Amino acid sequence: MKTRLAGELGMPTSPPGASSRIPIWRNVRFLRVLFQLAVLAIVGAILAWLWNNYQLNVARSSIPTNLDFLDNPANFTIPGNDFDQSQPVRAAFVEGFFNTLQVAVVGILLATVLGTLVGIGRLAKNFLVRKIAAAYVEVIRNLPLLVLLTFMNLAVVLQTFPRIEDAWQPLDLFVISNRGIAIPWFLGSALNIAGVLLLALVISLLVRKLRQNYSDRTGKPSRDVLYAVATFTALLIAGWLVLGYQIEVPIVDGRSTSGGLRLDPSFFALLVALVLYTSSQIAEIVRGSILAVPKGQAEAADALALSGGQKMRLVILPQAFRIAMPALGNQYLNLIKNSSLGASISYFELTQIAQITVGNGSPAVPAFTLTLLVYLAISLVTSLVVNFFNRRLALVER
Amino acid sequence: MKKWLRENLFRSYLDGVVTLVSAALAIWILTQLWNFVFVTGRWEIIQVNLKLLLVGRFPEESMWLVGLSMISLAFFIGLAAGSLRSTGLKSRKVTEIAIDVTRRFGLLLLLAAAIIYLAGTLDALLAGLQVFAALAVGRLLGGLKTTITWLKPIPKALWLALWALLPIASIGFTLSVASLEEWGGFLINFYIAIVSIVLCFPLGILLALGRRSSFPVVRLLSTTYIELIRGAPLFVLLLLAGVALEFFIPPEIAPDVIFRSVTVFTLFTGAYLAEIIRGGLQSIPKGQTEAGKALGLSTVKIIYLITLPQALRNVIPAQIGQFISLFKDTTLAGAALSVFEVLNIGKAITKQDDFLGQGMIYESLAFVALLFWVGSFVMSRESQRLEKKLGVGVR
Repeated sequence: MKTRLAGELGMPTSPPGASSRIPIWRNVRFLRVLFQLAVLAIVGAILAWLWNNYQLNVARSSIPTNLDFLDNPANFTIPGNDFDQSQPVRAAFVEGFFNTLQVAVVGILLATVLGTLVGIGRLAKNFLVRKIAAAYVEVIRNLPLLVLLTFMNLAVVLQTFPRIEDAWQPLDLFVISNRGIAIPWFLGSALNIAGVLLLALVISLLVRKLRQNYSDRTGKPSRDVLYAVATFTALLIAGWLVLGYQIEVPIVDGRSTSGGLRLDPSFFALLVALVLYTSSQIAEIVRGSILAVPKGQAEAADALALSGGQKMRLVILPQAFRIAMPALGNQYLNLIKNSSLGASISYFELTQIAQITVGNGSPAVPAFTLTLLVYLAISLVTSLVVNFFNRRLALVER
Repeated sequence: MKKWLRENLFRSYLDGVVTLVSAALAIWILTQLWNFVFVTGRWEIIQVNLKLLLVGRFPEESMWLVGLSMISLAFFIGLAAGSLRSTGLKSRKVTEIAIDVTRRFGLLLLLAAAIIYLAGTLDALLAGLQVFAALAVGRLLGGLKTTITWLKPIPKALWLALWALLPIASIGFTLSVASLEEWGGFLINFYIAIVSIVLCFPLGILLALGRRSSFPVVRLLSTTYIELIRGAPLFVLLLLAGVALEFFIPPEIAPDVIFRSVTVFTLFTGAYLAEIIRGGLQSIPKGQTEAGKALGLSTVKIIYLITLPQALRNVIPAQIGQFISLFKDTTLAGAALSVFEVLNIGKAITKQDDFLGQGMIYESLAFVALLFWVGSFVMSRESQRLEKKLGVGVR
């Protein structure tokens, strides 16, 4: 025992019998505890000093330190929303939370798709595609996100998009103006549509599973994706016929648009900037992961005479995504945190709400601490989800 | 030629269509870019405001000090790069060196030409050349350190620390002549980035060691700090520092926005750096520590003589990547704390009387973007080169 402890400190071990009683100042166990107590004391002293300063400063300027401000009326409105300024700050935070979630979810989906395409494009056999993809990544990746965002907001949306009177209406499906972008959207209850979509998704996944089982049993080709897509489409059409929902095309209506789904200009700018920036990072991850798939896999696919698309879809990409998953998760977290930059272009997400409510007289420290905690919670949930998929995808090692 | 075309552009009919479409796209983008740069772009907004964009309201008569600081900093970076090479100076043909330098910095020179064209002055070229020359001289001198016999025994840390006094002294002197309030523009982005990098480095090392330490209390504290910071958006932290920092310090101290932003960037990047360094520490085989123990070294000595140097070297590319994002993130200080940095100035100059309402935001943002792009691109290129040279992951 003595030998092991002495060895841990890196000291030459004492000859046997020489130290039947170790003095306390040389007892490693005691020293370890002492050291940790000292660290704890120093950190505790710093925290106590900060806390003491905080208490003194707050008392001096009589600023509340609790979360009571959440019940005060908000005194501001949120554009594109029926949020009333007599509603409490609490409700504003909830709105901000959902706006953050909205831009994060849509952004993550689009950035993943675009990033994967560009990442594959960087490895394409076609010279031009390869070069364009490389240029895209190198240009975007080396720009600050805030410059991209400012560019999208000030240059593209506010300056280049036309006024609503002469809005662009490509194919008569969209209305693009500096008041935002309106896209065709379903008419009617969103709940109905979501229900039909969910039902169709579940049933088509079930069909896919059945086809796979059938294939496993009989050895015949499963064509599972084909069957699943067919079922999905059929169910959607059936739902359409039964419920009669339809898609509404937006039109210019005086100084605004009516019909369809209207995206705020700031939402659009933030979304595009986040998607461009994150997709350039994801493209590099996807490229690296594809390169990290052992070469034998591609050769085996060639030996089986799979087509280029099949090789990518069935052999390379599934394995590449397994490798990419942790890094992708990090990028998703980055995107969520970066959505806080929306505050700099007045997109009413969490940070902007916090900033405004502090500007309106809410106490700064509790308000921003609350905001940070919400981001922390979102990050934790996201990493839980990513870890869950990561475990599902990870190779079972023996 | 024909073979190359068939293999790279027209492998199949579909491939041919893809080629034509992407060629059309590429040509369209390039003509738009050409038009913007040489035909429609009105670069007088940059030319008039060049000084404002680069150094803010820095006093004209002390401008030479900025040059001096840049030159001494470039000299030091070159010297460090030269001294840290193990091989020393090799006699190479001048043509070889010229080809190597052109390949590494050719794009940079091209972009410098672009900036000179946009700025419409040769001063930038002269300044750039001086900085570049300082870098080269430093590199040479650093090489001498490992070549000349009587310089060899000087410990590298001491050697570098001595030479580091040069940039520190010149920057300190510049600060004493013109206080930080007069600094601005790209200079202040650069300053915040450099100071934060220097300060966050020890913090990152300490946190990384703490997270891997065998002391449960230290481990818990480090992990908590790292995870809390990594879960928080930088922009919110900056906003918080803008309105709440004064609550946590004695009222006698009145922090300015630069102090606030350097604090946040240091605390923030330190946490990320810690994770990178921790990765490096994990990549060191256990045998290294055990060998240190076998030699009878103390734990502290094992860390700073054996594991830490190897760990830091293994993750140099990742560290540079983190520093690049810090450099790009300095723009956030402008948005959150109204620091008079280059993006803020870029937005502000379009509202000058001469340019108001003329849609000059394209020109000014393009210039700002170019500055950051060149900086990050050159750094990431150099880090890729370094990665290849160190053979990380290849050994």
